[in-house]
Amino acid sequence: MRIGIVCPYSWDVPGGVQFHIRDLAQHLIGLGHEVSVLAPADDPPRPGGRGGAPTPRPGGRGGAPTPLPPYVVPAGRAVPVPYNGSVARLNFGFLSAARVRRWVHEGNFDVLHIHEPATPSLSLLACWSAQGPIVATFHTSNPRSRAMIAAYPILQPALEKISARIAVSEYARRTLVEHLGGDAVVIPNGVDVSFFADAEPKAEWQGREGENTIGFIGRIDEPRKGLPVLIRALPRILAERPGTRLLVAGRGDEEEAVADLPRELRGQVEFLGMVSDEDKARLLRSVDLYIAPNTGGESFGIILVEAMSAGAPVLASDLDAFAQVLDGGEAGELYANEDADALAAAAVRLLGDPERRAELRDRGGRHVRRFDWSTVGADILAVYETVTDGAAAVAPDERVGLRARLGLARD
Amino acid sequence: MITTIVWIAAALLLAAVYLSWTAGRLDRLHARIDAARAALDAQLLRRASVTQEVATAGVLDPAASIVLYQAAHDARQAEEDQREVAESELSQALRAVFAESAQLEAVRSAPGGEESVRELAAAVRRVPMARRFHNDAVRAARALRRHRTVRWFRLAGHAPFPLAFEMDDEPPAILADRTEPDREGH
Repeated sequence: MRIGIVCPYSWDVPGGVQFHIRDLAQHLIGLGHEVSVLAPADDPPRPGGRGGAPTPRPGGRGGAPTPLPPYVVPAGRAVPVPYNGSVARLNFGFLSAARVRRWVHEGNFDVLHIHEPATPSLSLLACWSAQGPIVATFHTSNPRSRAMIAAYPILQPALEKISARIAVSEYARRTLVEHLGGDAVVIPNGVDVSFFADAEPKAEWQGREGENTIGFIGRIDEPRKGLPVLIRALPRILAERPGTRLLVAGRGDEEEAVADLPRELRGQVEFLGMVSDEDKARLLRSVDLYIAPNTGGESFGIILVEAMSAGAPVLASDLDAFAQVLDGGEAGELYANEDADALAAAAVRLLGDPERRAELRDRGGRHVRRFDWSTVGADILAVYETVTDGAAAVAPDERVGLRARLGLARD
Repeated sequence: MITTIVWIAAALLLAAVYLSWTAGRLDRLHARIDAARAALDAQLLRRASVTQEVATAGVLDPAASIVLYQAAHDARQAEEDQREVAESELSQALRAVFAESAQLEAVRSAPGGEESVRELAAAVRRVPMARRFHNDAVRAARALRRHRTVRWFRLAGHAPFPLAFEMDDEPPAILADRTEPDREGH
């Protein structure tokens, strides 16, 4: 099958959607499908340049561009725009539209898979300029915004072209139904379970008798990721279990993160900085407890699935999305969101109860199989097959020109 | 005088372009419904066929075989207005027969049974999927057709008002279980 995937966010900026698309593309290629991903990214330097491609602005952001995988087609430099509480790097304008149309035309895809089509981005452009079997995945679950309501009549004609909608969680599906109407099938994000399950634990990250380790992975300086809640709970955890160490992996200002912590306790927090995928897996494999204190803005919680895949017992805030990934608290424990006391109490109880942790590890290990790429990929392919059954290939949407319309109007 | 005429002409032109665009939108939605309906029919037929195969393979007990065969047969033969009921009854029959895993094991252990179970699992999972896509298209078309412009200018022409396909498509729990990784489709 020839599959075209559109990524709305910059390929060189790490993010959940980008990782999902990367893994999906690699999984599909592994199964023998032809996949092309259109993503905002700087153009690779070409000798002599090429007409139509924007020349990178001198003195612009960047430096050495990351090499793109062979299946990614760059759609040009993305413009940073504040959107939905953070900065999104997006493509729009005539030039991008022309590129999208060319890619659609040259790709001759059986199916077009667009991600996050309801954001003002490359995805919306692709939806606008293509016709044929279109599948769309909705990742976020934002509360209804004014912009969304204002844009609704503009969005609707483009969204009407989507033959099949996928939501990454029951929660994301609910938001989608409330905001845009219609319905979607729920297919969770995928994880390569064996990559995490087979990682080698690292001795220095492993706990010892009475000296357990707790893991946290995520942006330090993004309050939504919840590190401040965990830091507030830490003194209470350390009072009960003094040897405990907190291992933090992620970007951000380390000094600021521990500023509220009493000086003598700061030694118990270890910052690992940005870690590679391999080290992330090894970290999750090593810790005695993984804590996800996120306070909101999560529509799925892939990190919880990764932690469970690696066999780490999980303690997470009771966000809707997290509760769902953890099977309502069956596969991991939940505490009341933003309640540092509840977090501390649950963490102390779990750290002092190896049997319960072993039980969680066991249940989590069984639970994650539904998130493995072999399962998720088969479901996504089933969607592709459902919409392509007997349908024509994807083609650029030949917009009826004004003259043709007038001809029609005069009839 | 001239300016007034020019203004009126411009307004009419604009209105005509808008109407033509809306008609195009509606046309595309109707095409989408047709495609989605064809896909749904294909999935329903596939489910009934696999069920019939399993029922006639002689691996299940006679009662279960008869129940499944009858339900699958009725679903395939149903008239258009009885279709939703017949397909729902097939879902119920499948759920009743595969309520216990012993039945599934019986099918699996027969020669070629592994393949049948895989096909059946794929079919019962794809029916709700196809139905959801179909009803989503129907909803979008209905929303547009209720629009004033579409009603007043009769942009929908003689196309029948689209109807959702309502049925019980809940798959048997043991066939829908995703904790058993499968390699469906490859």
